[in-house]
Amino acid sequence: MYEGALADLIEELGRLPGVGPKSAQRIAFHILSADAHDVDRLSDALKRVKQLVRVCEICYNVSEEERCRICRDGRRTDENICVVEESKDVIAVERTGEFRGRYHVLGGAINPLEGIGPDNLRIRELMTRLQAGETKELILATDPNTEGEATATYLALLVKPMGITVSRLASGLPVGGDLEYADEVTLGRAFEGRRVLD
Amino acid sequence: MHVRRFELIDFRSYPHVVVDLEPGPSVLVGPNGAGKTNLVEALGYLATLGSHRVSADAPLVRAGAEKAILRALIAHEGRELIAELELVPGKANRARLGRQPLPRARDILGALRVILFAPEDLALIRGEPAERRRFLDDLLVARHPRYAGVRADYDRVLKQRNTLLRTAYLARKVTGRRQASDSGDLRTLEAWDKQLAEYGSELLAGRLSLVEALAPYVTKAYDAVSQGKGRAAVAYKSSLDDERGTLTADRELITAKMLNALAAARDAEIDRGSTLVGPQRDDIALQLGDLPAKGYASHGESWSYALALRLASYDLLRAEGIEPVLILDDVFAELDATRRDRLAELLDGAAQVLVTCAVAGDVPAALTGARYDVAEGEVRRVV
Ligand SMILES: Nc1ncnc2c1ncn2[C@@H]1O[C@H](COP(=O)(O)OP(=O)(O)OP(=O)(O)O)[C@@H](O)[C@H]1O
Ligand SMILES: [Mg+2]
Ligand SMILES: [Zn+2]
Repeated sequence: MYEGALADLIEELGRLPGVGPKSAQRIAFHILSADAHDVDRLSDALKRVKQLVRVCEICYNVSEEERCRICRDGRRTDENICVVEESKDVIAVERTGEFRGRYHVLGGAINPLEGIGPDNLRIRELMTRLQAGETKELILATDPNTEGEATATYLALLVKPMGITVSRLASGLPVGGDLEYADEVTLGRAFEGRRVLD
Repeated sequence: MHVRRFELIDFRSYPHVVVDLEPGPSVLVGPNGAGKTNLVEALGYLATLGSHRVSADAPLVRAGAEKAILRALIAHEGRELIAELELVPGKANRARLGRQPLPRARDILGALRVILFAPEDLALIRGEPAERRRFLDDLLVARHPRYAGVRADYDRVLKQRNTLLRTAYLARKVTGRRQASDSGDLRTLEAWDKQLAEYGSELLAGRLSLVEALAPYVTKAYDAVSQGKGRAAVAYKSSLDDERGTLTADRELITAKMLNALAAARDAEIDRGSTLVGPQRDDIALQLGDLPAKGYASHGESWSYALALRLASYDLLRAEGIEPVLILDDVFAELDATRRDRLAELLDGAAQVLVTCAVAGDVPAALTGARYDVAEGEVRRVV
């Protein structure tokens, strides 16, 4: 087996999602034989992402400033908030070009098997936002699977008594899937055809 | 439909075997332990994504091998399709249909439909309700493959909900206090109820209409197998049945009933730490004459009843235009000569029947067709 720095690198790479032992080894050797400049750029990027990127203080989307680009954009409406599980889902919804409101990133979905309950998600923060009274419609765009559905139902039960319209993306999204992987057209149509929960 | 050829790699005792088959009856003969059941088990697995002998996948992969591959060329209504499954214990199965990888293994269900009768089926009569629920659900999926998704979704929601209740139950054991249903994570219980009732009612409605359709076939099949010695009757027994009567296959009504029952069971569920409402608590009542089969029927009667359930399943699917492959593992050894001949007559006209047996003489002469010798890891066509 490898030792020292090379072994460390292979081990670290192997921890990344989707990277198995074989790929970790391949990437490590690629880095080893790469130009020193390129490797510096990579390691800089790795460091900077940790130093600079944090979450938006309003919506918890990733951002380099206190408030993300979307929360700073004065042309967008505060009347609609779209709730998603992860920052990458914000990107997916943005790609459809169907939505001009704000987001709220929960940081996951209710999942008892993984020990995730409402207090592990940014639900209290969402409630605080809604209490400001600007929001007319809350669009629940959690993943179209069991956990995303339970999270949406839970939020709907909490929010409806506040007199805010609560809607859920239309079916048509592949059930059991990830919002992130839905193509623009499907997701865009799901957005347009969202139904109000009653 | 019929299987034209199938191939196993590292499945059970087989490093590699290819078997060419024809429509109509085929008899596989070989001594005990030769690997006859292993062959038909593979076809059953391809059709249901489960084994009739074991619940875990590890024993299905040949000792020392990492994964097993099951491949079948299926002829159906003039078309041929290759269904392939890769089994790696501890991981999700990978499936291909016509060489195309499928997003989920369960999407392969429906490509091959099999009704398999095996000695293990005695547990349908004598075993726990879970055995009979599995029988029903497998048949439900063979009848309408979309139920595989409903069943998977229901199981997932149930597992999540049970974990939630279980966690609250354990917390209570530590603190000595029962958590109120509106505090902690139990606040989310209601959010799971909706999905539980939604998928639960779909599954229940499917089972109810299935049992209704199946019941007359069971009575008929038992009559044929036992030669008129007793009347078999099956009925679905739901935990949601009440003094106002038994459930009917009306989804909206069942959803409402489930939600009511869940609300009523709330405290008891928290006390017990598990879900107390839903199709996972149901059973099928198997009557023989005036008595329940379980606990009363003799060995021979129980065995005939189990066979009747499988033959009835087969007849039902056939009547609905699905021609499944019928597999009878070790069935003739248990029957006397008259019953063997009778069963052979019943099999007449079947699209494809695979019969295994250890002693060639046990196969009735009326069952003409191909013969295969199974020995030492090889399958040889002899007639
Ligand atoms: N995972 C495995 N790896 C290797 N061999 C296995 C595996 N699983 C089962 N076997 C072997 O397969 C044989 C059993 O095969 P099978 O059950 O098909 O026999 P059979 O021909 O149906 O016999 P019988 O007539 O007794 O029913 C046993 O000898 C067993 O050791
Ligand atoms: Mg056997
Ligand atoms: Zn923001």
